Amino acid sequence: MTRYIIRRLLWGVLLLILVSALTFIFFRVFPTADPATLRAGRLQNPKIIAAIRHDLGLDKSLLTQFWIYMKGIFLHLDFGFSYYSSASVKSLILNRLPATVSLVLGGAVVWLVTGVTIGIISAVRSGTLLDRASMGTALVFVSAPEYWLGLIVLYLFASDIGVFKIFPGAGSYVPLTSDPAKWFTSLIMPWFVVAASTAAIYARLVRGSLIETMGEDYIRTARAKGLTERRVILRHGVRSAINPILTILGLDIGILLGSALLVETVFNIPGIGRLNYDAIQHSDFPIVQGTVLIAAFFVIVANIVVDIAYAYLDPRVRYS
Amino acid sequence: MSAAEPLLRVEDLRVEFHTEDGVVHAVDGITYQVHRGRTLGIVGESGSGKTVASMTTLGLTRSQGARISGRILFEGRDLLALSEAELRAVRGNEIAMIFQDPLSSLHPLYRVGFQLIEAIDAHRQVSKAKARERAIELLGLVGIPDPARRVDDYPHEFSGGMRQRAMIAMALANEPKLLIADEPTTALDVTVQAQILDLLERLQRELDMAIVIITHDLGVVAEMADDIAVMYAGRIVETASAELLFAGPEHPYTWGLLKSIPTLTGSRDEQLVPIPGTPPSLINRPSGCHFHPRCPYAQPDHARIDPQLEPVPAEPTHHVACLLDAPTRRALWGELRAGRMPDEALAAAGLPGEAS
Repeated sequence: MTRYIIRRLLWGVLLLILVSALTFIFFRVFPTADPATLRAGRLQNPKIIAAIRHDLGLDKSLLTQFWIYMKGIFLHLDFGFSYYSSASVKSLILNRLPATVSLVLGGAVVWLVTGVTIGIISAVRSGTLLDRASMGTALVFVSAPEYWLGLIVLYLFASDIGVFKIFPGAGSYVPLTSDPAKWFTSLIMPWFVVAASTAAIYARLVRGSLIETMGEDYIRTARAKGLTERRVILRHGVRSAINPILTILGLDIGILLGSALLVETVFNIPGIGRLNYDAIQHSDFPIVQGTVLIAAFFVIVANIVVDIAYAYLDPRVRYS
Repeated sequence: MSAAEPLLRVEDLRVEFHTEDGVVHAVDGITYQVHRGRTLGIVGESGSGKTVASMTTLGLTRSQGARISGRILFEGRDLLALSEAELRAVRGNEIAMIFQDPLSSLHPLYRVGFQLIEAIDAHRQVSKAKARERAIELLGLVGIPDPARRVDDYPHEFSGGMRQRAMIAMALANEPKLLIADEPTTALDVTVQAQILDLLERLQRELDMAIVIITHDLGVVAEMADDIAVMYAGRIVETASAELLFAGPEHPYTWGLLKSIPTLTGSRDEQLVPIPGTPPSLINRPSGCHFHPRCPYAQPDHARIDPQLEPVPAEPTHHVACLLDAPTRRALWGELRAGRMPDEALAAAGLPGEAS
């Protein structure tokens, strides 16, 4: 097991280097605005631009630039500086991370609880009106784009522009450490929006998985033992049906931590996604590079965590 | 309760499933009884309704939209009239069941011990420690070596035979009066099959429980059963004590079953004769005698007349549902036992050939 984890971690590092190389190539080889020109602002003088280019290290060969960048990351955990604000990319990302983590983990709780609950009820009442209604609603939420749903929710419930002024609207995010109550209320709507489509997908998955599980022989055994139907469903059925859900939960959290861009933008939450979005607007390579790397890091870590967790969730799975 | 009263008495049990393709007559009016400490073998091909009949005894077909009629009297109580909660108190407690495939019948994600403890817990108020002790004791009882250690294993860490032993241990957790064993040896190696049957026989003696063993394998019932019921297309076509049935089988279907398995005592060049055709659809069953399309001895009117289960002359406990008369049946079986093929027997018994 330990060997397996070490091997996976080494592969993860290799993958991160590959991702860095790819983003490096994408943003420097394909046509974008020249960051030196942008940084020079109104001082559009070839000499100044050349000096800026030299300062930023952009006059060196691509390979040398990449080498310097990788050296910074591996030796000093240094992701470079923003071309736009000159702030350290690492500190920018670390500042933004709590907002994204709050949004994604809270959202994950919401989608997991609602998705699994609805899925179980639908499976147990499969074929009834309740089941059809839940699955129909789920389909609507699966198809609704986040930015659209976000705007609708803001229009309906935001305390500033909403029809029913219930929840704090866009831009109301405060960090957990400064005011937990406000942090919570400001995130209610974003949590719902970020969770909606995933909850709907999970509900459908849980339903399908549980219906299949309830046809298994060991469910018949559980009933033959004289267990209550409730226990048969929850302890025997759901326990098996939930495994595939927990697998994709890890991946969904990993992916979303790197790319909650739309919801963060709609609700104006200062998270990683927003940071990345702004950086792209400003051709701010180091930040784009840093956020992409962070996103890849989360996805890779989530993958490893899921695989390790699987060995505990299913005793039949053993890694060597 | 008098000693003669059976532990389980099934009366005119019918189970129908309503599907999109039509009504499946899975069990069509069967009657049988099981006495305390005795073993009934129910024999038949897949799809003859034998499993559905016993699942219905435990109320396990209720949730599948089945239409059930008749009576299932267990110690005088009609199980079909019980509420779900009352029936749950019987399941796994007074009547237990083991199934064909022990791997898929055990929950793959829970330890064997947990699943045993759960069975005890469902019917007994005992402490966790006591239940665990009992689980270990049960595993020992069914012959699992080092039970104190193996109790914490997962099902996949057990061999096929050990899994079936664990299933049996689970079924015995509350010392049931009746054990229903649905093809308990079908998924196992031949050597392990014999061990499991021996185990069941030993446990039956020690615990004085009745057993209903469901199988397609006449070898299994020959070893285990006191009484035998042969099922075909949802009905019992022949029933008798094991001695009577093996000494003088009366139904052509039973003959077919007997002639299609090799015997150790038979001559080496004895030919095995498969039963032609396939089991009938339980939605559109053949008219008249349901077996007539596959019966080598069927007469034209057998497609019209529906045979009833009737006592065999001179053997009041031996019942058969066959339209051939008793002397003809005797003559046919005499020829078949002598090693003749069905068409030769037909000619020798002086019956006209199959209507064609």
